[in-house]
Amino acid sequence: MTYRRYAVTLIVLTVLLVLLALACLMFGSVDIPADRIIDILSGRGSGNKAWDIIILQSRLPMIATAALAGAALSVSGLLLQTTFNNPLAGPSILGVSSGAGLGVAIVILALGGSLGGLFGESMGSYMAILLGALMGAGVVLVVLIAFSAIVRSNTMLLIIGILVSYLTSSVVQLLNSVATEEGVHNYVSWGFGNFSGVSVAQMPVYAGIIILALIGSALMVKPLNALLLGTRYARNLGINVSMTRNILLLITGVLTAVVTAFCGPIGFIGLVVPHIARMSLGTSNHSRLLPATILSGAVIALLCALVSVVNPHGIIPINAITPIIGVPIILYIIINRRRIQYFN
Amino acid sequence: MNHDNAIYSTHNLAVGYRNGKNTVTLLSGLNLTLEKGKLVALLGQNGAGKSTLLRALTCDERPLEGTIEVGGKNLLDMSQKQRSHIIGLVSTERIQAGALTVTELVGLGRQPHTGFLGRLDREDHEIVRQSMEDAGIIGKASEYVSSLSDGERQKAMIARALAQETPIIILDEPTAFLDVASRIETMRLLQTLAHERGKAVLLSSHDISQSLMLADELWLITTDRQVLTGTTQQLVADGAMNRLFENRSIHFNPQILDYSF
Repeated sequence: MTYRRYAVTLIVLTVLLVLLALACLMFGSVDIPADRIIDILSGRGSGNKAWDIIILQSRLPMIATAALAGAALSVSGLLLQTTFNNPLAGPSILGVSSGAGLGVAIVILALGGSLGGLFGESMGSYMAILLGALMGAGVVLVVLIAFSAIVRSNTMLLIIGILVSYLTSSVVQLLNSVATEEGVHNYVSWGFGNFSGVSVAQMPVYAGIIILALIGSALMVKPLNALLLGTRYARNLGINVSMTRNILLLITGVLTAVVTAFCGPIGFIGLVVPHIARMSLGTSNHSRLLPATILSGAVIALLCALVSVVNPHGIIPINAITPIIGVPIILYIIINRRRIQYFN
Repeated sequence: MNHDNAIYSTHNLAVGYRNGKNTVTLLSGLNLTLEKGKLVALLGQNGAGKSTLLRALTCDERPLEGTIEVGGKNLLDMSQKQRSHIIGLVSTERIQAGALTVTELVGLGRQPHTGFLGRLDREDHEIVRQSMEDAGIIGKASEYVSSLSDGERQKAMIARALAQETPIIILDEPTAFLDVASRIETMRLLQTLAHERGKAVLLSSHDISQSLMLADELWLITTDRQVLTGTTQQLVADGAMNRLFENRSIHFNPQILDYSF
């Protein structure tokens, strides 16, 4: 792969990212003129209090939330695909998102109406939700590690992931049947997926954890590349495979859990974006693949965010949009697997 | 036998596998030696324990008993990192590296020598280039691994092991999926690496006649689970070749260095 192709891809992705972020600032349920938006962003204010609040406390946090969520889920998918040597792995298909979701459900439904909205004003309630998501994702990852040692087949592991999802959703329904109405309502609206759930006050926690985990993944580039050759070669190259695997799954779990806790269980982004990055770069080399995955993930998530807010009749749930982007790409990949380099 | 060049020796090694509570010993009491500059072929019928033995010799599986001595130390007590400087491996494992270029693939062989982020410096790049040249794959340096033929892919994997700069290279069935021409080419390459680069090369193989022609030494796993070692001439003269297969209707023909029935 040439350096030129890498540079061009990163530049194109960065330009797209900026354009989509600008579009997300401009479009929404309320029309705000572009020059006023510039006034607001430069700190002068638009003279319209409502507009100031919409831009600074709604649209800007949504852009940051979406971009970070997209990057986090995509990197999570990339790490899972390399760790399990399985191109169709991803946080949602392997049940990691549903595991995090179950953790969230237990917290939301247990605390029920006492939360006062999905994320109450109190720091404690969203920390509890975050912790629930982390535990849920962690349990599913431990289950996956255990099964991956028993079943060698990639397809079987995917099926186990799907089974885990079924199991968690049935547990959630059982919980729903005993929960308060408000708790159920909170949980259902969380399940649609949305990027508007992170308030300005919560942003440092959300962004801080994701950025730390992304830095962590960048430090794992060397063992990730060794794992492309399989565990035996990786060991021969001096890699401590089980420790590496545990670190990678820990990073995956944290990234998926944080995004799931704040934005809901978002499908397809984690599965699809690593493929978009591989195909546009033409490489599986993680030192280049990782930056491209982060940027592509942010771009795709912003695209979904934009689509969700441009509808004049109200906000479209994110989970109604991701399959429309994701499914055709996965089908394309499955049909063309003999012609795509990284499968051969 | 003269063992002055010995760099790797097993002492009372026993290999096998654990099946629940039971331990199944396949081969035991092994005292095997690898020497600098020699190509050794491990032969045995399917199920005799070739792969199990190789996995123990590369420390992929812990042997049931015994030690492996390298430079006065026990290989089994070393860290993965230390071992990566001693043995380079070429296995039959499927790799996911189709979208790497040959240069990138061979570059992964430098991992034991590079820093935390695995960046290659000028010296590393030179070693990668030299390894590709030695393995005869330099012409495909910037091609994708996915575009290589089976024979070329094997050369690239051998180049990767060379770039690791280990004194010992161990190969699990390196010619298994190759056509006749690539098989001969690969064996010749391994012989050259042993004789001219002073590597200790051990390979397992199904291909008996070629191993007999090109290997300096043979390790034969007999049907009664012994490992006989020696040069081709010694083993043929001792009639050891007839202890390789259970089937009594085939026998070794020294004239053609192969079996007939």
